[in-house]
Amino acid sequence: MGKSKQIDRRWLFLLIFVGVALPLIFTIGLPIETSKNVQIVYDLVESMPKDSKALISFDYDPASMPELHPMAKALLKHCFDKDINVIFTALWPMGVQMAEDIISQLQDQYPNLQYGVDYVNLGFKAGGMITIQSMGKNFRKVFPEDTNGNKIDELPIMDGINNFNNINFVFSLSAGAPGIKEWVQISHDAYGRPTSGGCTGVSAPAMLPYVNEQKQLTGLLAGLKAAAEYENLLQAPGTATSGMDAQSMAHLIIIIFIIIGNINYWRNKKSDKKGDR
Amino acid sequence: MEQFFTILGTWLGALFTFAIFSFLYKDNPFYKTAEQIFVGLSAGYWFVYTIFFILIPNLYNPITQDFSANWIKLIPAVLGIMMLMRLIPKTEWVSRFPISIVIGTTSGVFFLRYLKSDVLNQLTATMINPFLSDNWVIIIGELMLIVGTICGVIYFYFSKKHEGALGVSAKIGIYFLMVSFGAAFGYTAMARISLLIGRLQFLLGDWLGIIHP
Repeated sequence: MGKSKQIDRRWLFLLIFVGVALPLIFTIGLPIETSKNVQIVYDLVESMPKDSKALISFDYDPASMPELHPMAKALLKHCFDKDINVIFTALWPMGVQMAEDIISQLQDQYPNLQYGVDYVNLGFKAGGMITIQSMGKNFRKVFPEDTNGNKIDELPIMDGINNFNNINFVFSLSAGAPGIKEWVQISHDAYGRPTSGGCTGVSAPAMLPYVNEQKQLTGLLAGLKAAAEYENLLQAPGTATSGMDAQSMAHLIIIIFIIIGNINYWRNKKSDKKGDR
Repeated sequence: MEQFFTILGTWLGALFTFAIFSFLYKDNPFYKTAEQIFVGLSAGYWFVYTIFFILIPNLYNPITQDFSANWIKLIPAVLGIMMLMRLIPKTEWVSRFPISIVIGTTSGVFFLRYLKSDVLNQLTATMINPFLSDNWVIIIGELMLIVGTICGVIYFYFSKKHEGALGVSAKIGIYFLMVSFGAAFGYTAMARISLLIGRLQFLLGDWLGIIHP
C-alpha cells in the first residue's frame, strides 16, 4: 500500500485532542448506564452495617490518577456516607500520597471525620503478596505504626483489628502488580474475606475473570467508565462523569477512523489487484 | 509563598505536558528535555524513597532500637549487600546466592497461591450448570463461558495435530481468543483516552480555569 494513500496520523491526533477538549468545555450530558459489576460493588458497600471496617489499598501512583482517583473518591464518599470505618494501606509507595490527596479533597464535605476514629492511613509496606499474607496473620506486626508515627494500639479504629477476620471487606485500587490479583489470592482465596477492586482499563481484561461464581472478586470497577457509573449511583457527579462525554466522543472518532481505514484498505487492495492485471 | 509554589507547579505541569505532547508532531528538543528531566527526577525520587521509606524503617530503625528482638533482620541485610556485589565484576558471583534464595522462596510462595487462585478456583468457576437461570441471556452467557474455556484450552494443546473434532474446537478457541483481544484493545483505547481526559481536565481546569470538574 502506497504511503500517499494514508492519512497523516497527526490529523487523527489533532482530531482526538479537539474531540476530547470540546465536550469537556461544552457538556453534552450523555446518559450513563450502570453495568452489573459496578452495581455489585455498590451493593457490597451498601450492605455493610454502620461501623463496619473496610480495608482499602491504594495500589497506584500518579500515572493512573485520571482513572483511579475518581473511583477512589466515589468509593470513600460511599463508605463515609454509610459510616464505614476505613483503613488505608498501600502496596505501591506513592499510594500513601494518593490516599492523603483523596482525604484532603473530601475533608470539606465531611468536616466531622476524625483521624484514628473514622479512618486511618497505615501507609506503604514493600513485599506485595508476602505483606498481605503477613497482614492475614497479624496486622500489628506489619504495621506497628501509622504514617504519622502513632502506635496502632492507641488508635480507636484499630480496636479489635488483628487480622482479616476482623475486616468486613477489602478493596484494592490497582494499577498493576502488586494489586487486585494479590489481594484476591490472599484476602479472598486464603482468608475468605469479601474482596473487591477498581482497576485501570488496561488491566481490566486480566481482572474480569476473577468476577465469577466463586466470587473471587465481588464486582469490579474497570476504568473511568466504572468510576462515572459509581458517581452516578451515588448521585454525586465528579471528574469521571464530566469526562464521559469526552470519552464517548473520542471512541466515536476512533470507530469512524477504524471504519474509514478498513474501507481504504479494501479499496487499495482492489485497485492493487487491478494494477497487477 | 505557598500559593506562589502552587501556581508555579501548575505552570510547570502545563509546560511539561505540552513538551511531552509535542512529540506527537515530531521529535524535538522540548520533548527530549522533558523526557530527560522526568527520568532524572524519577531516579532521584526512588533512590531517596528506598532509603527513607524502606531501608530506614524496615532495617535501620528496628536494629538500632531493639537489637535483641530484630537481629534476624541482619540476614536480609547481608543478602542485600551480597546482591550489590554484582556491581564489581570480580565479586559478581556472590550475588548468585541471594538471587537463588529469592527465586526459591518466591516460587515456593507463589506456586501454591497461583495454583489455588488461577487454576483451581478458575476451573471451579466454569463447572456450573448453565441452565439454572430463567434468563436466556444468562444461559447463553454461561454456555459461552464453558465452550470458550474448553475450546481456548484445546487451542493451546499442541501434542496432537489440530484436525477433525480437535481442529474444529481449536478453531472455535481462536475465535474466542480474537474476541478477547478485541475487548482488551477496547479497554486499552478507553484507558489511554482516560489519561488524555485527565491531562485536559488539568489544562482546562487547574491551569486555564475554563472548566470546573
